[in-house]
Amino acid sequence: MGPGITASYLSLLVLIPIAAILWRSVSDGPDDFVAAVTSPQAIAALQLTLTLALVVMAINLVMGTLIAWVLVRDDFAGKAFINALIDLPFALPTIVAGLTLLALYGPQSPFGVNVAFSQAGIMLALLFITLPFVVRAVQPVLAELDHEMEEAAASLGASTPTVVRRIILPNLLPAILSGAALGFARCIGEFGSVVLIAGNIPYRTEMSSVYIYGQVETDRPGAAAAVSVVMLVTSLLVLTVFDLLRRRVSAHAEPSA
Amino acid sequence: MTVVLAEASASVGRSTMAGRLAVAALALVLGSVAAVSAPASVAAAGNSSGVVTLAAYTTPREAYDEIIPMFQATEAGAGVEFETSYSGSGDQSRAVEAGLPADVVALALWPDIDRLVAPGIVAPDWWQNEYGGIVHDSIVVFAVRPGNPKDISGWDDLIRDDVDVITPNPFSSGGAQWNLLAAYQAQIVAGRTEEEASEYLKALIANTSVMDRGAREALTTFAAGQGDVLIAYENEAIFAQGAGQPLEYVVPDATILIENPVAVTLTGDATDAARAFVDFLYTPEAQEVFGRKGYRPVLPQVLAEFDYVQPANLFTIADLGGWAEARPRFFDPETGIVAQIFAQIGRAAA
Amino acid sequence: MSTSGVTAPGMAAPSSAPTAPSATPSADPLGGARSAARNRVARLSLRSVVLGYLLFLLALPVLTVFWRTFQHGLEPVLEALSRPAFASAFWLTLKITLIAVPINTAFGIIAALALVRRRFPGRGLLNALIDLPFAISPVVIGLALVLVYGKNGWLGDLLDDIGFPVIFATPGMVLATLFVSLPFVVREVMPVLREIGTDQEQAAYTLGASPWSTFWRVTLPAIRWGVIYGVILTTARSLGEFGAVAIVSGKISGKTETLTTHVEERFHAFDMVGAYTASIVLALMAISVLLDMTLLQSGWFGRRIGRGHQRDESDQAVR
Repeated sequence: MGPGITASYLSLLVLIPIAAILWRSVSDGPDDFVAAVTSPQAIAALQLTLTLALVVMAINLVMGTLIAWVLVRDDFAGKAFINALIDLPFALPTIVAGLTLLALYGPQSPFGVNVAFSQAGIMLALLFITLPFVVRAVQPVLAELDHEMEEAAASLGASTPTVVRRIILPNLLPAILSGAALGFARCIGEFGSVVLIAGNIPYRTEMSSVYIYGQVETDRPGAAAAVSVVMLVTSLLVLTVFDLLRRRVSAHAEPSA
Repeated sequence: MTVVLAEASASVGRSTMAGRLAVAALALVLGSVAAVSAPASVAAAGNSSGVVTLAAYTTPREAYDEIIPMFQATEAGAGVEFETSYSGSGDQSRAVEAGLPADVVALALWPDIDRLVAPGIVAPDWWQNEYGGIVHDSIVVFAVRPGNPKDISGWDDLIRDDVDVITPNPFSSGGAQWNLLAAYQAQIVAGRTEEEASEYLKALIANTSVMDRGAREALTTFAAGQGDVLIAYENEAIFAQGAGQPLEYVVPDATILIENPVAVTLTGDATDAARAFVDFLYTPEAQEVFGRKGYRPVLPQVLAEFDYVQPANLFTIADLGGWAEARPRFFDPETGIVAQIFAQIGRAAA
Repeated sequence: MSTSGVTAPGMAAPSSAPTAPSATPSADPLGGARSAARNRVARLSLRSVVLGYLLFLLALPVLTVFWRTFQHGLEPVLEALSRPAFASAFWLTLKITLIAVPINTAFGIIAALALVRRRFPGRGLLNALIDLPFAISPVVIGLALVLVYGKNGWLGDLLDDIGFPVIFATPGMVLATLFVSLPFVVREVMPVLREIGTDQEQAAYTLGASPWSTFWRVTLPAIRWGVIYGVILTTARSLGEFGAVAIVSGKISGKTETLTTHVEERFHAFDMVGAYTASIVLALMAISVLLDMTLLQSGWFGRRIGRGHQRDESDQAVR
């Protein structure tokens, strides 16, 4: 019953619409599909999106883990409040995220920092909206981590960095990777916050999602669908790679699992 | 486990307090919102007759907010209820095509309504009235900072090295195409050749730092402090000024007349009331509202009441061969002049 | 994807997790003091880096939203809240969220159980599909839903015939919301299920409990953190969804406008206070859910302590 319900629900909700996109991407003919995905502007947008998503993900890997560490292992006034804030990027409409970042770090920045309408601005928006992913993936794992191993290692004379590197990180790595993968997927699809702060200049600061929107807007839904399919496939690939990585890392960390 | 439970029970004291605070906070938020909000309005059921659904683009919202009650106060409009939807012109056009119920469509440019002919949503002769289906006009202007510090007065100023231009992306916004067409044609009108005009476009686009996905977004970007000049529609600039945004606008000598169309659909369920409403839009009262909201009325006598600047050289889309010719010529993603410019600039930058 | 370990909201952890790694016992007291000092420096610098990052990336933007809302005093805020467009947007958002969250929660639990506990053909594919909603841009989601449920769409004409409009009506908006918030509960519950194993449930079966009773009294309590946390994330995401819902809603004023599209509309009308006010309401709704889950947590603990040690032993079996 479980698998049946799961399959039906996913079909109705996810599979059918995605199938519709797939169908629409080729319904104008395979030539149009190829033309759409090889158009230089589309390729430029895809390259930019993937590059920025990877960079943001790398930053999240580090910062997300550090943040989770501090939230779990450290203690200071206001920690609970800050912990609650971490989920806010999910709840704030993307347009609000874009606009406040623009206000703080754009032309009218009170700090004199202007990264708007550049690739740095895009990364800022992406970092904001993907903040919770790695943090929330790592927190529960870190909280449940058996301190005995760490204490044993420490009592055997291992320095803190060694303990971190050889005991803690391997246990956290699966969670870190799964959080980073979700964040990466989100970066690829993000539209609302990026479109405000990006500048959207074709070949320079135009992300795939904005490019796709442009195709829809100029009555080329087939081309839009085609580029979307490429993005989807890319995400799937990345997610699969991450999953494989995660499983390998899990296998090493918990040989009994 | 008992140890954990003991610790947890100690924290229960704190957590319960936090929990109580949380409930209080939630109650406060929801309660105050509910208290100060008007009761959730129950819109009239979609399919009952006598409800005119207006699908319009974003900017004339304030105008229609005034005009609709005026219409309802007339004999023809008595008892007619309205449902309104405002969105980007292209978005709206596609939404109507995809089944958004609409009795009246009021969009930013001709092609957005005309593309509804093929799916049978508007009649092929939708535009045949005294005004060619156009209900109000505007022109392309330059929005600048207060005091015009960069001293911008004409199209040539826009390609200066020290000037940063904002204009929406013509590939993600049909309405944005007005701006570039105006830029191009202004060159022709000034006596330059087609090649020189294309070169101008290239210089202009190279001078653009941000290409938002629509006119209103571009206005937001400019208002946020980016750029020295925004190629905008006059009604947008006037609207922004009215909303307290610090900007002025300059009317170039040569510019294009932006013509915004309106049509009654074939697929609505209140066609008579819709037709009466559209007729009302051409009355002096309604046209005067458009005039006050920054649009140029199409009724000459009403236009004369406002002191809109008349550019020395005002051309229309017809001078470019109409949309049917101009659109593919400039904006076809492969062969269009602008598309090729983008590719050239892009590859040079890449 | 899995996280090894029972999922617990970060808030619960602090009271029970000692800051172990910093305390490095050593035979040499002087060495111990030195390394303790080093550790404190390390801890403080780590804390500063993290707090600095969060300050500039998260806290300041959030504070900006609050500041901009109340910049001109309370009155414009009250005026914004009393606007009819705000009210209908608020209730619609609430309605959609209250529909979407339970559905995705139920699905999330069912799917997690199926994906972790059962082997069936297509399991890998289903697992991969669950993450897809993140990777698709909202424009595409809207396009896809319209392609399927809109006029001339695959199911559109059928729906038209039976008079059940999906696109440009609430059901379509619920669908879009379900789509984008799909993965959360599943992804939070799956690692928990993996961690706790089937021992407890086996035990319950051998004691004669029915599957439903087992689920309700054994499985569900064991996975409650995953569920709770998934619900929090699902709610936050549902509240904040903009792009896809905007496209399938048609943005009919007073009828299919949600708080997020209301925010956009107010921004574009240069009514900043109105826009930020609506944003704050959204943010507060999300925070309330998080804090309410904390209440639930303490409620659970309270009840369990009251019932004595029975649960205690079964919990020990987990470890």
